Amino acid sequence: MTSVLGVEGEERDDFSRAESRQIRQRSLRLLGSLVHPMRARLVLSIIVVIISTISQVAGPSIIAYGIDTGLPALLDQNWMPVALAGVAYLLAGVVGAVLIAWFTVLSARISQAILLDLRKRVFLHTQKLSLEFHESYTSGRIISRQTSDLDAIRELLDSGINQLVQGVLYMAFTAVALFLLDVQSGFILLASLVPLLILTRWFQLRSQRMFRRTRVASARLIVHFVETMTGIRAVKAFRKEKRNEVEFGGLVEDYRDANARVIKLFGIYDPGLVLIGNVAVAVVLLLGGFRVVDGGMEIGVLLAAVLYTRRFFDPMEDMAMFYNGYQSATAALEKISGVLEERPSVADPERPVDLWESTGAVTFDDVEFGYTADRPILPSFDLVIPAGQTIALVGSTGAGKSTLAKLISRFYDPTAGRVTLDGIDLRDLHPKDLRRAIVMVTQEAYLFSGTVADNIAIGKPEASRDEIIAAARAVGADEFIRGLPNGYETDVNKRGGRVSAGQRQLISFARAFLANPTVLILDEATASLDIPSERLVQDALQTLLADRTAVIIAHRLSTVSIADRVLVMEQGRIVEDGTPEELIGGTGRFAQLHASWRESLV
Amino acid sequence: MSETSSTTAAPAAGTVAVLSRLRPYVQAALPRIYGAMVVSLSASVVALAIPQVLQWMVDGPLADGDANQIWLAAGIVLALGVVEAVLIGARRALVLTPGTHVEARMRNSLYAQLQDLPVSFHDRWPSGQLLSRAVSDLNLIRRWLSFGLVLLVVNVLTLIGGVIILISLNWVLGLIFAAAAVPVIAYSFAFERKYSDVARRSQDQAGDLATSVEESVHGIRVLKAFGRSRYALKRFESQAEQLRGTEIEKAKAIAGIWLYLTLIPDLAFGVCLVVGVWLASTGASSVGELVAFFATGTVLLFPIWSMGYFLAMTLDAKTATLRFFEVMDSVNTIEDPASPSTVVDGHGELSFDDVHFRYQDAPESFPDLIDGVTLTVEPGETMALVGLTGSGKSTLTALTTRLYDVTGGAVRVDGVDVRDLSRDELRTRIAMAFEEATLFSQTVRENVLLGRPDASEDDLREALEIAQASFVYDLPLGLDTKVGEEGLSLSGGQRQRLALARAIAARPSILVLDDPLSALDVDTEALVEAALRRVLATTTALIVAHRPSTVALADRVALLENGRVTAVGTHSELLATSPHYRFVISSFDADERAEAREAEERAERHDAEERAEIRDAELGITTKEVAS
Repeated sequence: MTSVLGVEGEERDDFSRAESRQIRQRSLRLLGSLVHPMRARLVLSIIVVIISTISQVAGPSIIAYGIDTGLPALLDQNWMPVALAGVAYLLAGVVGAVLIAWFTVLSARISQAILLDLRKRVFLHTQKLSLEFHESYTSGRIISRQTSDLDAIRELLDSGINQLVQGVLYMAFTAVALFLLDVQSGFILLASLVPLLILTRWFQLRSQRMFRRTRVASARLIVHFVETMTGIRAVKAFRKEKRNEVEFGGLVEDYRDANARVIKLFGIYDPGLVLIGNVAVAVVLLLGGFRVVDGGMEIGVLLAAVLYTRRFFDPMEDMAMFYNGYQSATAALEKISGVLEERPSVADPERPVDLWESTGAVTFDDVEFGYTADRPILPSFDLVIPAGQTIALVGSTGAGKSTLAKLISRFYDPTAGRVTLDGIDLRDLHPKDLRRAIVMVTQEAYLFSGTVADNIAIGKPEASRDEIIAAARAVGADEFIRGLPNGYETDVNKRGGRVSAGQRQLISFARAFLANPTVLILDEATASLDIPSERLVQDALQTLLADRTAVIIAHRLSTVSIADRVLVMEQGRIVEDGTPEELIGGTGRFAQLHASWRESLV
Repeated sequence: MSETSSTTAAPAAGTVAVLSRLRPYVQAALPRIYGAMVVSLSASVVALAIPQVLQWMVDGPLADGDANQIWLAAGIVLALGVVEAVLIGARRALVLTPGTHVEARMRNSLYAQLQDLPVSFHDRWPSGQLLSRAVSDLNLIRRWLSFGLVLLVVNVLTLIGGVIILISLNWVLGLIFAAAAVPVIAYSFAFERKYSDVARRSQDQAGDLATSVEESVHGIRVLKAFGRSRYALKRFESQAEQLRGTEIEKAKAIAGIWLYLTLIPDLAFGVCLVVGVWLASTGASSVGELVAFFATGTVLLFPIWSMGYFLAMTLDAKTATLRFFEVMDSVNTIEDPASPSTVVDGHGELSFDDVHFRYQDAPESFPDLIDGVTLTVEPGETMALVGLTGSGKSTLTALTTRLYDVTGGAVRVDGVDVRDLSRDELRTRIAMAFEEATLFSQTVRENVLLGRPDASEDDLREALEIAQASFVYDLPLGLDTKVGEEGLSLSGGQRQRLALARAIAARPSILVLDDPLSALDVDTEALVEAALRRVLATTTALIVAHRPSTVALADRVALLENGRVTAVGTHSELLATSPHYRFVISSFDADERAEAREAEERAERHDAEERAEIRDAELGITTKEVAS
């Protein structure tokens, strides 16, 4: 069963009619919601462009007046009409020019406001989407949605409104004028709209598919590009450059081909429109010519009819360009609206429960969890963690330790049962309270561009410099940070600010320290630390965790020394549970693990 | 990171000079671009011819009432119309497809250059900036080449031709009109400066925005863990607002030139109207001349207006070209030697000879990060590299495969300076496993065989076995399961094991492993170590280690302290002689070690006592029973 809901089927371009309609509707809804707040400004800009078009159209009539009336008057030594025509012409010119300039700025404001709105929406929405989504969608595709897809929309907005409004107005005025002048020629013009619509429909159907292909191809290109740049060390170390060039070259060619096809299609559409216009002119001329010969039509009228018909098609190229841009933007909007249609599987509660002061008591209540239905990771899980308890979670890879951590920090929701904090289901807890109360530090210590201080402050954005330094000092990061070229102000991407994996982990510990949560989850957060640093961190933790709940996952059993309780997990179940002393003194799995770990130490 | 880009920006160069740098990429398409210009001009001429036919028809057949001639006239108009459409189609066909080829060529060379540039370049450049160059900028250039350039030239020619016609119609009016070009051209120069500046800023800011997007998705776990999405949004928002501000500034600049381009010709026309009527009244000009003058002048209005559009497009293309060449002009500091040596009959000796390294941009007051390391790893030997976080261990490993180049001294493989080997040979001889395991969006098989795609199935199986990565057989498609970002997501420990398998499968003569087991649990680590010993028995290896368990793999240990090797020896030697080594590697301080020994002894004593007690108790019971 295929579907086009959300990002599903994003890579396809062969949608059925129903699917196509569904996608089109959702992107039009998005477009509508983006344009809606702009409608007042949009109306204003249309009025401005109408007035400016009128003043431009007025030009030729003023010249005609100047020649027809001004010249005879001047021959009578009457300068008035000529002066009047000159002044009127200048006035029309000034008004037209000023309004066009104003319109340019107005429409830029509108399109930029729309873009900003859309950017923010996509950004916030991707942040809201759960990890599950991110793990399958890839960062490269989100980046391409936010960059090249938005570019396509920007291109339409930049020149599109202008072209559309002016073109439609111009054509409408011209058509009305032609009908008023000569009904028969008007009908010829009307008849020429039939092939025009057929051609446009053809272009719409064909190009829709092609444009979708360009979006998919550009996304693939970006995914590959980002992956190469992110993994450049591995690329170099394993000599992947040549193979990458071939792969990337293929993607570039796909993208080029998709683009070239669109361009070729447009290369038929655009001259096709010109041809239809020119044929219409010839037909008007032919039929009108016979009527003139028959005496049924004035020569002047014929001339005007021919000129109007020709002028009617003048903005056609602009309109075609607009339509081309529109189709391209629609394809991009389809992809973006797909992302926006995704519902986070870990959704914010509809009626959030506040928890101002949390004690940190965590309970697993008959929890079941699996990433896929057929492979349960936690088959049926009960656990009570009293407030303030420090738990060491031990077990082999795949035992479900990280899953447990992700459930507490609500990266995932359980498939059945509930996880509670102070008796409140995490799914009902207000996100701000949840995140304030529960913080997880993982092995991947990601640093954002900015200074070291900025990176620590992610734990508490409003923190003062003293608080930041205190947090760094507490985890033993202060010393190395001070040794950096600009201390806390060192940019992590620049000027010797490159920090080692261990140092990154220290920074991310400082982050967590600063965040000061009631429940702290450490998932292999000390793996890259050297032993002395680890010891410092553990000393810090001992103070920090005195009155806090903590779940510590670590392969190095040194953590156990600061734990109140040890849980040994196997295949999603707790197989041992007790104080470190009890378990070490026992004969179970933990006693064995601990003994062999002890042995490895010196 | 706009500073990054602006600091590397070339000083303001002329637009033509900048754009002509595109020549090598455009060369092949040039004849077709010229052809398109000719075709485009012809189309304009044809379009202008249609009114002439009308003129002839009005004066001739219609006046004569000759029906046959009407067929002829309409036929000619139709034919001209068809020719116009064909010419427009021909222009597109001529130039648009080659345009996409130019774009593709430039994109491929940018990518190749980026792959070739050293890691230090990538450290400095946020990848959003690279991405915006590779996608948006090249798009701009393509459209300018296949559209902007042609029409700009055609419009200028049309204008020049038009003005000549105007002057020939009436030289007074024509010169008035031509004089109007002076302020327009003057303003265009001002516009060029102003707009180039804003266009540059807008493209840089777009790159920064891309970087922010990228970080927000790569760092999603951190943002989620701390609930900082709003905070990230705020940062993103302020950047997006900045970009909006720049774009509006850009629009204002365009509005400025549009104002000039519509206003000045209109003013000139107004003056021409008054002067023209006056001239006609004096008999110096005829009404017919006036009509022809204004009709032709009106035809020129569109090319004048569109100049603003094409000028802006050209300047956009110019800044895009500048940004493209910023990357292309970056000097690759780590290149293959002109005539590479090769290691003959190498046994895999890795030696560091008074090696120094510092980042180019490190302040002078800072000591070298690697400050004179001399160390030899004998063929077949396993050397552990131990030191505190930040002591330079990872940096030292990165020097072996020239991810960075030494700033002093030399790294040698079997006596040959690594800088004298081709990078390809060097990186075949040395395989690395990084602490942060990078998996590419490929199958397990491709990822593991990255270093040696032609390896046999057996080699693959063996590598997986050694790295304890047999979990891959349980993946949905086994070895053909796609992993990495676009595939199945694996745990940190699983990724690390695949990265290790990758290094082993490459069958290098030297293995360089940067803390390769940090994410493994104790049991798995023990299994990997046991299996790894087999490989290490015959392979030279340099292993960064934080744990005694990893050190146990090594024959000798080198202790790195502030960028210097301060001690080399076996684990137990160093433990006995080096206080710093004890500090780094030992989980216990001296007291604790004594205590631990005591505790062990106590435990033993305790056990013995317990056993004695039990025995006593049992004895007691028996005695009691006996007694009762």
